[in-house]
Amino acid sequence: MTAMLSVTGVKTYYGNIVALKGVDVEVNEGEIVTLIGANGAGKSTLMMTICGSPRAREGSVVFNGRDITNLPTHEIMRLKIAQSPEGRRIFGRMTVYENLQMGAAVDGNTHFQDDLERMFTLFPRLKERLHQRGGTLSGGEQQMLAIARALMTRPRLLLLDEPSLGLAPLVVKQIFDAIRDLNRTEGLTVFLVEQNAYHALKLAHRGYVMVNGVVTMSGTGKELLERPEVKAAYLEGGH
Amino acid sequence: MSSPLAGDGAARPSPFAAALKDAVVSGVITFLLFLPLVGFRATESGSGPLTLTYRFGLCATFAILVAVLRLVLHLTIWRPGRQKAARGTPSPLAAVGGFISPMAKPAFFALALFYPLIAIVVTGGLTPSRYWIDLGIYIGSYVMLGWGLNIVVGLAGLLDLGYVAFYAVGAYAFALLSTSVPINDWMAGHLGENFWALWSFWVCLPVCGILAAMWGVILGFPVLRLRGDYLAIVTLAFGEIIRLVLINWTDFTNGGAGIASIPPISFFGIPFTAADDGFAARFGLTFDPMHRIIFLYFVIVALSLLTALATLRLRRMPVGRAWEALREDEIACRSLGINTTLTKLTAFATGAMFGGFAGAFFAVRVRFVSPESFTFIESAMILAIVVLGGMGSQMGVAAAAVFMIGGMEMLRNLSFLKSDWLLGPDFDPTLYRMLIFGFAMVAVMVWRPRGLVSGRLATIFLKERKKVSGDLVKEGHG
Repeated sequence: MTAMLSVTGVKTYYGNIVALKGVDVEVNEGEIVTLIGANGAGKSTLMMTICGSPRAREGSVVFNGRDITNLPTHEIMRLKIAQSPEGRRIFGRMTVYENLQMGAAVDGNTHFQDDLERMFTLFPRLKERLHQRGGTLSGGEQQMLAIARALMTRPRLLLLDEPSLGLAPLVVKQIFDAIRDLNRTEGLTVFLVEQNAYHALKLAHRGYVMVNGVVTMSGTGKELLERPEVKAAYLEGGH
Repeated sequence: MSSPLAGDGAARPSPFAAALKDAVVSGVITFLLFLPLVGFRATESGSGPLTLTYRFGLCATFAILVAVLRLVLHLTIWRPGRQKAARGTPSPLAAVGGFISPMAKPAFFALALFYPLIAIVVTGGLTPSRYWIDLGIYIGSYVMLGWGLNIVVGLAGLLDLGYVAFYAVGAYAFALLSTSVPINDWMAGHLGENFWALWSFWVCLPVCGILAAMWGVILGFPVLRLRGDYLAIVTLAFGEIIRLVLINWTDFTNGGAGIASIPPISFFGIPFTAADDGFAARFGLTFDPMHRIIFLYFVIVALSLLTALATLRLRRMPVGRAWEALREDEIACRSLGINTTLTKLTAFATGAMFGGFAGAFFAVRVRFVSPESFTFIESAMILAIVVLGGMGSQMGVAAAAVFMIGGMEMLRNLSFLKSDWLLGPDFDPTLYRMLIFGFAMVAVMVWRPRGLVSGRLATIFLKERKKVSGDLVKEGHG
């Protein structure tokens, strides 16, 4: 089986500073794959490199057999890839409804009403907040909105950058449950970048560990959870 | 609290004593500050040397004014222990706003439509109403410019300090085309003797818009990667470049002398003259030069409405929503597959196009263009209208234009200050209007930090349209 998304030997630089030193990651159809690592390991850089901003200076990113390494960002995002960016980045002054609508804007709103109902079943909170400004939502609600907005583009691959950032454990659980649901019921492929290693690895089918711009370990979520190095570096301190 | 200034109250600090002390201190500070600035004045006596005059009395007046004002404020609004109105309850201003807002739009449009009639009736004739109708045209131009810039700044969030460049492009495009001899000759040969003089405005109006839009794209390209402060600096430079080119390219633009004898506006080909085929004769009226002025008023109202309606339509279309999303977050836009390059360029081009229309209108109204009219202060004024009005709000921008332009004009008429018991006959109120105007802007920004109209209507909605409040959102973000 060829992978849905394969990142091969990708090197990314910020100016002259190397951020990714040759990364190989594969995501197969129907999987949840997580990438964990410490601050500054290059997790978000990899996520953004997949989206084409910044671009990989070497190596290639292939999605569904198509080389997307040098496509402009907005064209990559039209290929049934959706991203919930780091820090949520919802449109603060637009209502929840308008935010969701922006997600559906590119394919011309053809499935808008159906998709809206799906989002309401997935995140009932959004329905209550429909006419509120995005900026007035709580952090957890904003994260739900960011994911829902990404899902409105009807993606086959969802890229999630740190959805648990700054959220209460209960809310993190809600969001991770929603991701699991989406994967089980709709077969959505998810690539999840997380600092919250325990929850991410429990959720994911497979995982990668990144240190200083290099993938140092990979395996199934369970395997990684039991690896002593992972335990020592990312799981100490209780959950 | 042992200040000798506070007198008896010093032993037992009462609010009054404290207020008095503060008032005296501020009075003294004011006096000292004003002493070098206002107290000494160098006047030119004839062709002779400068003579120094002293105005200590005026300084004292200002000092007393400040002292009394602070005393009153300390005893009323700033009084310690004064119960502040609960944060949760809406301010009386908001209540008034809520009461007025449903009527505001129809009332505003009715006023705009009947304004010339009201002016004529109130002043008692066509000729005396000229000042007021001219003022209406002047305000109308700024409403239109404000609405045009609102697309770039208010909707797309691209801070443009050089908007006047597009205004200049529109004005010069019309001035050059309408006074061009070859075009006139060609038109005379093909479409009749006076065709170009009569129709030039109506033919050139779209051309000016398109030219300005092209310049919008030309400006847009190099600044695509800039945002915020950096964008503001580059657009500011762009505005100045256009003006300097207009001054220095003498062969083409006639330099600082400007372009005169631009043909006047016609009623769709019928000239406003006393001749037999003129507007008055055709419509059975007695000739009056005011007909042209009133027609100009309605043209600017129509052009403004065109801008407003186009903006409203665009906001509901994908491109308009993309502008608003772009203002909020560029990275999120890209992650949703929106082409931010194209979105920015369309915002620049659309905003510039309306600036170009306004420029053409300016040229046909004044019938003379020179680089003097397109200085940075114009850009600043238009931007101030947009910001004061509440970015993105059409009604707010219109209200701000009326308030700022009309208010500035009214401040010219402060001749009552010249009376002997106030500031004396030497006082020139027109010199102070910028100062008063500055105070007014500060006041608006203190009490209405998000502009006059801070809420916005959701552009799309489910079942019913709800107003989105500006409250609870950070300043500058709502």
